[in-house]
Amino acid sequence: MSHPTKASEFLQDAAKAKWHDETLWFVRDKRDNISKTIPEWEELRELASQIKDNVLANLETYLVEFEKNAKANNIHVHWAKNAEEHNQIVLGILQNHQCKAIVKSKSILTEECHLNPFLENNGIEVVDTDLGERIVQFLNQPPSHIVLPAIHLKKRDISELFHEKLQTEKGNEDPTYLTHAARIHLREKFLGAKVAITGVNFGVAETGEFVVCTNEGNADMGVHLADVHIACMGIEKIIPRRKDLGIFLRLLARSATGQPITNYNSHFRSPAPGKEIHIVLVDNGRTEQLGREKFKNSLKCIRCGACMNTCPIYRRSGGYSYGSVVPGPIGSILSPGLDVKKYSTLPFASTLCGSCTDVCPVKINIHEQLYEWRQEITKAQGTNTKSISMKIANGIFAVPFAYKITGAMMRGALKILPDSITYSGLNIWGKQRDLPETPKETFKDWYKKNRK
Amino acid sequence: MFVDILAFNVQANIFQYLNIHKYRIHKMPLNKKIGLFIPCYVDQFYPNVGIATLELLEKLGCQVSYPMGQTCCGQPMANAGYEWDTIGTTKHFLKTFLDYDYIVAPSGSCVLHIKDHAPAIPGMEKEQESLHQKIFELTEFLTDILKVETLHGSFPHRVGFHASCHGHRGLRLGSCSERNEPFYSKGKQLLEQLDGLEWVELTRTDECCGFGGTFAVTEEALSVQMGKDRLEDHLTHGVEILTGGDISCIMHLEGIAKRNQQPLEFMHIAEILNQAIS
Amino acid sequence: MSSREHILAKIKAIPKEASPLPEIPSFESPLGHKAAFILSIQANKGEVITESELKDFIAINRFEKILNLTKGMESLSTQPLPSDAHELNELEVAIIQGQFGVAENGAIWLTDENMGLRVLPFITEHLVIVLNEKSLVSNMHEAYNKIGIQHSGFGLFIAGPSKTADIEQSLVIGAHGAKSLRVVLTNL
Repeated sequence: MSHPTKASEFLQDAAKAKWHDETLWFVRDKRDNISKTIPEWEELRELASQIKDNVLANLETYLVEFEKNAKANNIHVHWAKNAEEHNQIVLGILQNHQCKAIVKSKSILTEECHLNPFLENNGIEVVDTDLGERIVQFLNQPPSHIVLPAIHLKKRDISELFHEKLQTEKGNEDPTYLTHAARIHLREKFLGAKVAITGVNFGVAETGEFVVCTNEGNADMGVHLADVHIACMGIEKIIPRRKDLGIFLRLLARSATGQPITNYNSHFRSPAPGKEIHIVLVDNGRTEQLGREKFKNSLKCIRCGACMNTCPIYRRSGGYSYGSVVPGPIGSILSPGLDVKKYSTLPFASTLCGSCTDVCPVKINIHEQLYEWRQEITKAQGTNTKSISMKIANGIFAVPFAYKITGAMMRGALKILPDSITYSGLNIWGKQRDLPETPKETFKDWYKKNRK
Repeated sequence: MFVDILAFNVQANIFQYLNIHKYRIHKMPLNKKIGLFIPCYVDQFYPNVGIATLELLEKLGCQVSYPMGQTCCGQPMANAGYEWDTIGTTKHFLKTFLDYDYIVAPSGSCVLHIKDHAPAIPGMEKEQESLHQKIFELTEFLTDILKVETLHGSFPHRVGFHASCHGHRGLRLGSCSERNEPFYSKGKQLLEQLDGLEWVELTRTDECCGFGGTFAVTEEALSVQMGKDRLEDHLTHGVEILTGGDISCIMHLEGIAKRNQQPLEFMHIAEILNQAIS
Repeated sequence: MSSREHILAKIKAIPKEASPLPEIPSFESPLGHKAAFILSIQANKGEVITESELKDFIAINRFEKILNLTKGMESLSTQPLPSDAHELNELEVAIIQGQFGVAENGAIWLTDENMGLRVLPFITEHLVIVLNEKSLVSNMHEAYNKIGIQHSGFGLFIAGPSKTADIEQSLVIGAHGAKSLRVVLTNL
C-alpha cells in the first residue's frame, strides 16, 4: 500500500493523530531548546559531519583497523554480506552454546535483517528488552519509531495488553505501574539468558571498542548477566578515534530526546573473564549505497530519530505509513536504495520543507536526497502513463496551466501531463479546499495595458 | 549554493539615499535594470500580487520591467521528479533574464528552484552561475540589496506570518527554529516598519503548511490536515491577516479557511507593503 | 572469496574523494563545574547528597543488602562481592567510586576497576557513586581527553537512574536497572 493511503487511514482517528503530532512535537521542542543551550551546537554538527565524511572516504581502512584491534582485545569478529548471512552467523553462535532463549536490546539492524522471525523459526525464544520494543513484540508489530518504538500506542492499549500478557490489573493505565510490571517480567528473562544481543551505536577503529547507549539499562542487564554478547553492527557505524565519541555523545541524546546524554553509555572493549563477545559486521546494501554518489551521505546517520520528530508528515502519518524498517525522512532516503520499486512513494511523502536537514546532527542533506530520489524514480519508471510518477506529477501547479492555458506558453513543461490527470488533480484539490477565484485578467494582460 | 550576501553589501553601499514622497528609500542607480519574474500561478491566479510587487519596487525607485516572454520556471516538474525534462524551460528562463542586473520574484519557492534545482545547461554554466548570483526573492531584495530601513505607512492589523519553507529554510529568509542561530526575519524586518502593525507570535513559528506543490494533491489528506493545523495556530493567537512571501502556500491555506468559513484574511507581503505605503 | 574480502573489495572499488579528519577544539565552558554538575544530575533524575545523608537514607529504609566497593565507607557494607553476577539480583544498595564526572551532562566515568562485576551498577536497586568534586571536567571533549588511552575491558558513562518514557512519553524511573542514583560529592 502506498504512503498516501496509509496516511489517510492514520488520520481517520483524528484525536489520536493529534496526540501523536503534539507528543512528537514536544520531543522536537525539547531538542530545539537543549540544542540552544550549547553555544557550539552548529559547530558540533559540522564536526560530526566531517568525521563521518572522513569515515565514508576511508571505510575499508577503518574497518580493518577496527577488526585488528577488536581481535587483539579477544573479541570475535564476523563479516556478513547480507541479512541472511548475518542471521546464520548469529544462529551459529547460539547453536554452539546450545542456547534456546536470548534477550535482545534495541537494534535497528536486526529489525532490518528480520532476525527475530528467523531465530523463532529455528526454535529460539527472542525477548526484546527495551520496554517499547517488548510492547510491540507482544503485539507482533515492528517498532513505529526508531527511538520511541511504541509511540503509536496509547496507555490504554498497553494496559489491556499487559493485563493479557503480564496479568496486570484490568484498567490500570498508570505508566509507573505498567513499567514496573514489565520490570519484574524482564528481570526473569535477564537472569535466565545465556546469550544477549545488542546493536552498536559507535565502533571505534582506534581501540576496537564499541559503544551502546540506552536509558533503561536493558542492554547492560542482558549482556553482563549472559555468558555471550553478540553485537550486531552496520559497517557504517565506525568512527576513527575514541575522542570522536565526545562529539557524537554530545549530539546523540540531545537530538534524540532532548536530554543531555543517555543515562547509560557502555564502552565494550574486551570480554569479562570467562565470557565471550562477538561482533557481526554487516553490509546488507550499505556498500551499494556508498557507491551512489548522491545518496552515500545517508550512511552518516546515527539513528537519533530527530528527523522523525520534526517531520510534519511523520508526526501526522505515523511510522507504519512508510512500510519500511526505518520510517520517516531518513527511512525515505535509505529504503529506495534497498528496493526502489517497493518504496517508490516514500520520497514523495514530503513537502521538501527541509526541517529534517536542519535537525540532523550529522548534517545529512535529507530533503535534497528526497528530491534526488524523485528524479531517479521517474527515470526508472519512464513516461508510461500508468506509472506512479505520472500520478505524482499530477500536481496543483499543473492545474492552472491545464485549466487556463490553451496557448503554447506552457506546453514545453506540460507535454507529459495528459488532461485526464490534470483535471482529476483539480478534483482532488477541491475536496476539502476552495479554488481561488479566477481573476478578470492575468498579470501579463494587466502589464500590457498599464506599462507598455 | 546560497548567495553570498556579503558580496552584495559592497555593491549596495553605492546606492544613494533619497526622499521621495513620504517614505525614505534607496534609489537604484539608473543603469541597474531589474527584471520582474512573476511565477506562472501568480500570473494566472494572483495578478494583484504581481501588480503589488511591481508598484512596490517602483515606489522604492527601481527601474523594473517584466519580460513578456517568460514562462514557468520548471519547478512543478522538477519537484515531481522530472528535472531532466526542464532543460528547455531552464534555458528559456536563462535567456529571458540574463541581461538584467537583478531578477526579483514574489516567491521564495521559485527563486530557490532556479538557484538549486534548475538543471545545468551545457555550455552556459557561466551564465547560469551569474544568474544565481543576481536572482532574489522580494523580501531579501528589499532588506539586503535596497536595504530598506524606514517605510512610512500604516497597516493597523494583527498580522500572522507564514514562513514558507522554501524561502525560509532554502533561502534562509529567517532564522530557523531547528538551528542555534540569532533570531532574524526579513519579513518581520519589513512589516514592523509599518505603523500600527501588530506582529503575532505563533506557537509553531515555522512549521510547514502542507502545500508542497504536487504534495497538495498526491497526499491530499495529510496536506489538508497540515493546513488546518497551521490555520488553528493563527486563529488561536487572534490573527486577522495571514501573510507570507509565497502565495502558493497562502492559496492552500486560504482554500481550507474559506471552505471551513474561518474568519481570516489572506494577503501576500507585497500587497501589505504596497497598500500601506501608498 | 570470504565475506570479509568481498565487502572490503566492494568498498575499495568505489571511487572516493579524500576528506580530512577534523581536529576537535576543547569548547571550554566558563561555568563553575560543581554547580553545573549538580544541576545536570538533578535534571537526569539523580540526587547529589552528603555522606551523612547517605547514612540516613540507608537507615530510614532499613536496607540490609549493601555492597560497598569504595574506600572509606566499609562499615556500611553488609556483603562482599559474589563470584556469580546473578547473586546480585536482590542487592539493595551498591556504593562505588566514580573516576570523574562531567559538568555538562552529569555523566560519571566508571571502569571494571570500579564495578567489580560489570552488572553491579545496573542490577542494584539503588546506586550510590562517590565522586571527588575536584575530578569534575567541563564537557565530553575534556572527558575523553582525560580517559586518553586508558585500557579497561569495560567503561561506562552513567548519568542517572534507569528510566523510560515508552508508555505515552510519561517518564518512569526504574525501568530495568537502578531505581535511583545518588552521588556523594567529596572534597578530599
